Amino acid sequence: MAEASSSTNNGVNVAALIEAREALTKAPAAAQFKWRAACEWKDGTHSHSTVEGFYGLGQEQHHKKTFTFDADHPELFASEDKGATPVEYVLVGLASCLTAGIAAVAQYRNIQLRSVTATLEGDMDIQGILGIDDEVRNGFGGIKVTYKIDADAKREDIEALVAQSQKRSAVYDIVTNPTNVTVVVD
Amino acid sequence: MSRCLSERSIDHVVLERSEVAHTWRTERWDSLRLLTPNWQSRRPGFGYRGPDPDGYRTLPEVIDFITAYAQAISAPVRPHTRVTSVRRAEAGYLVRTDQGDWSCRTVVIASGAFNIACVPGVADHVPRSVTTFTTQQYRNPDQLPAGGVLVVGASSSGTQIANEIHRSGRPVTLSVGEHIRAPRMYRGKDLEWWMDAAGILDERYDQVDDIGRARRVPSLQLAGTPDRSTLDLNALTGIGVRLVGRLAGITGSGKAQFAGSLRNICALSDLKMNRLLNLIDEWAQTNGFDRMVEPSHRLPPTAVEEAPPLALDIANGEIRTIIWATGYRPDYSWLELPVFDRKGMVRHDGGVVSFQGVYLMGVPFARRRKSTLIDGAGDDARDLSDHLALYLRQNSA
Repeated sequence: MAEASSSTNNGVNVAALIEAREALTKAPAAAQFKWRAACEWKDGTHSHSTVEGFYGLGQEQHHKKTFTFDADHPELFASEDKGATPVEYVLVGLASCLTAGIAAVAQYRNIQLRSVTATLEGDMDIQGILGIDDEVRNGFGGIKVTYKIDADAKREDIEALVAQSQKRSAVYDIVTNPTNVTVVVD
Repeated sequence: MSRCLSERSIDHVVLERSEVAHTWRTERWDSLRLLTPNWQSRRPGFGYRGPDPDGYRTLPEVIDFITAYAQAISAPVRPHTRVTSVRRAEAGYLVRTDQGDWSCRTVVIASGAFNIACVPGVADHVPRSVTTFTTQQYRNPDQLPAGGVLVVGASSSGTQIANEIHRSGRPVTLSVGEHIRAPRMYRGKDLEWWMDAAGILDERYDQVDDIGRARRVPSLQLAGTPDRSTLDLNALTGIGVRLVGRLAGITGSGKAQFAGSLRNICALSDLKMNRLLNLIDEWAQTNGFDRMVEPSHRLPPTAVEEAPPLALDIANGEIRTIIWATGYRPDYSWLELPVFDRKGMVRHDGGVVSFQGVYLMGVPFARRRKSTLIDGAGDDARDLSDHLALYLRQNSA
């Protein structure tokens, strides 16, 4: 279906995605993935994280190279600001997940994208993380994502793209639903 | 199906675990009305002739209708005959019942898709102080203790039950998952009229892009409201029902957690509804109905408060009851044939099951979008009885 509509090119290989979907419907075990990251403390609030290997399609997989991420806190927290704050990485994860989804859904729906930009803002009352007020949660009070999209489509179709991308987004799900987190010390 | 088989002089029996229309008699709430208008319950040679074609049948009227039809066609019904197993036998199938065994060459599974109320796994963590009902157990608000009610699920059942419970003076919080909003009336006509006239209900299983998906789509959030009003989330928030996201978990301390995706769930639903209305508008224009009906319009978007609650203490006495309006699944516990997919649904191609001589009716989009409607049974039965008759001829000894 997607191959026949090749006039749209958002750089997403929808045919391959559909093929994968069909293959994994028949072999659900191969759909079990494990995503991994490693993190090393450097100094102060600065840490250095790497992402390289993951598990999927029944075997160990590797990125083309090791990706690295420095996280720190800004100077106004008396830190050295050697990287984005961890919560900003959450915003980055959400934005990139939704944006990838928009491109894929647009390709599938034959909508040519010209530009897609998102700005994100997460509200946080830091009385929570500072332990000033137990009733204030540590995390975001809310997150606002604003998209500007230029595409060959009606506004309604663009809104549908953005809505469908949220429906299928892993990070959106992670952020909007509880997840069990187990932290152990080896 | 019985009528179609009789027309072809195919010898058959209809096995009924209790009485005709058992589900309608015993497993639905008192105020339920059919969500399709009276005129639409067309069975082969048996339509509505009463004074209110645009009304929606009450539960007793549905029971009367189905019972009268069974009598009118002299269906060979064996009531109080519960099927305990269906398995392969030498010349076809062996059907065991609590009233003895039958052997037959073909089997039509018409036991429905809505036999067992689904309850999510988190139900195990509901505090003991809270009374719970499924939509199958719920009858009316008088069953419920006074106090707050959490209704989980906002499709057709959830919205109707939320509405009557809230009006009974028990404040309702409605947990909203995926649903499809639909106006009861559009441009002066019942939505079902439009869907029928425009051929949407006749759309066939082999005409849609992704039938697997089409079969999983929740049914329209419609209600057979006596005043033909639309019972959507805006109507519910209008009377004071509070909306929260999909129920995501219940903590050990009795806190219900809701997904933060309510806004998008509602946006998706509004978009789907508007696509349906666009389709109707296009059809009206192409077919010259534009000037015969009210002008095209859109409903206001579903209103979602700025920051819907993400958690609710259900152990502090504020919530006394939870209603699970989280859908149904079929009961195939008696079907001992290797016909199931990995989700436990019967594999079939437009109602023709992957096992020769076995047919399936009345499940979502079995052959047509209307396959689960009373009005859809006729066309499906005609097609499937054709297939069945041919099968019998080709396999006659």
